[in-house]
Amino acid sequence: MIKVSNLTKKFGSHVSLDNINCEFKKNEYIALMGANGAGKTTLIRSILGYYHPNAGKVSIDGKDPIKQRVDVLKHISFVPQLPPPIKLSLDELMQYISIGAKMDKELIMHYANEMKLDIKANLNKSFFKLSGGMKQKMLIAISLAKKSDIIIYDEPTANLDPKARDDFYRLLKQNEEEKVLLFVTHRLEEVKDLVNRQIYMDLGKIVSDENV
Amino acid sequence: MKNLYLIAYLDLKESIRAKWFVIYSLVFGGLIALFFIAGVTESQVMGFSGLSRLLLMYIQITIVILPIFILITTVRSISGDRDSHVLEYMLSFPISLNQYYWGKIIGRFITVYLPVVFAMIIAVVYGAFKGAAIPWSIFFLYTGLLFAMSSAFLGIAFFISSFVKSSEVALGIAFFIWIFLLAFIDIALISLMMQQRLNEELIIFIAMINPMEIFRVAAISLFDPELTVMGPVAFYILDSMSQGVFVLMSILYPLFIGLVFAFLGYKIFTKKDLV
Repeated sequence: MIKVSNLTKKFGSHVSLDNINCEFKKNEYIALMGANGAGKTTLIRSILGYYHPNAGKVSIDGKDPIKQRVDVLKHISFVPQLPPPIKLSLDELMQYISIGAKMDKELIMHYANEMKLDIKANLNKSFFKLSGGMKQKMLIAISLAKKSDIIIYDEPTANLDPKARDDFYRLLKQNEEEKVLLFVTHRLEEVKDLVNRQIYMDLGKIVSDENV
Repeated sequence: MKNLYLIAYLDLKESIRAKWFVIYSLVFGGLIALFFIAGVTESQVMGFSGLSRLLLMYIQITIVILPIFILITTVRSISGDRDSHVLEYMLSFPISLNQYYWGKIIGRFITVYLPVVFAMIIAVVYGAFKGAAIPWSIFFLYTGLLFAMSSAFLGIAFFISSFVKSSEVALGIAFFIWIFLLAFIDIALISLMMQQRLNEELIIFIAMINPMEIFRVAAISLFDPELTVMGPVAFYILDSMSQGVFVLMSILYPLFIGLVFAFLGYKIFTKKDLV
């Protein structure tokens, strides 16, 4: 599903990804780990088509995420580590997503409800004015409602309380079949029941890749 | 197309809620109100009076403050979203870069253009209510000039925004461009260049490529056929081409500049790393 071939990405003289090769297939739930600066976020952003590689390529179902970004992104859900300060209200954000990604608003509401986030009471509130946990719940609800084949989470539970984490993992367990689930995490113990593959990165290279 | 309008609509809504937009609208609306309070419409200076006088004052001030307002508020549009990781999230949805970029431009154009035109409309309506003669030719010329001027600086701002990584740097560049273009209005550097006896064709060329200078000369040319309040370069420009041709050029040229810069910005936006 995702194929990364000889991928190198440099920022100035700093090599962030150094000739990476890996493949992620359906029903693989991967924990992507490594120290800060190991290249995890760069790898994710390359998969999302944000970076132009210096060498090598990424293909998703045979498609280039830069040249065919719209086709590729239809199949990817993404939740960043820190919720960005989006100034749109929740209603406007859902409008952007439901029209842009042809998603069902009701489904977002459903998953928000499952995450114990009351969207209706906050519809006209700016996204950035919500608490950290509420923002993260909203992004998780959107990611699940998108029903994507590939779900990428960059430390998604950083702002969640233990109860919300449980809700999140329960929903994920219900929605993971026939998908690729890619977790960037520093806390393997939290996701070890969910993942079946662990990848460690260091200095832009994959130093360990094992199925568990 | 649907996504393009959606992004324009959401950007417009977001901008209208922003504090800068309130200040922006108050400045231009406030200017008109101030002129009425100060009795500018009652005064007669250099042969023109009433609403014409008010519009002239308005446009003179607009020449200086509109570009910097547009640059400062727009230059952070994409670079700010990149800085704060908003772009990273918003572009994780299947929206084409084409729709995102041009949608933002359309939304931002409406945001910056409407308050300045609306302020003029208020002046005309209020003037008509008070029984003043409406200078329609000036009103339409200014509407066109403001449209062209807004396009030029919006295009420049989006161009800067597309390649600058941090919004602080974007602001610095925007401020420099404004000062630079302002300095080349013929009251300042161009007059100095003439004093130094530089080649007059070079001086006129420098003046003609500056959208602020073109705007200023076109805005005043309808009022002042004797050129008493215009600078030396303006005199040369209007001496070398007819007023009609110049007015047409003063609208088409900034529009062209705006489109070229916006298009260059788009190319950079799609060719560079997005975040």
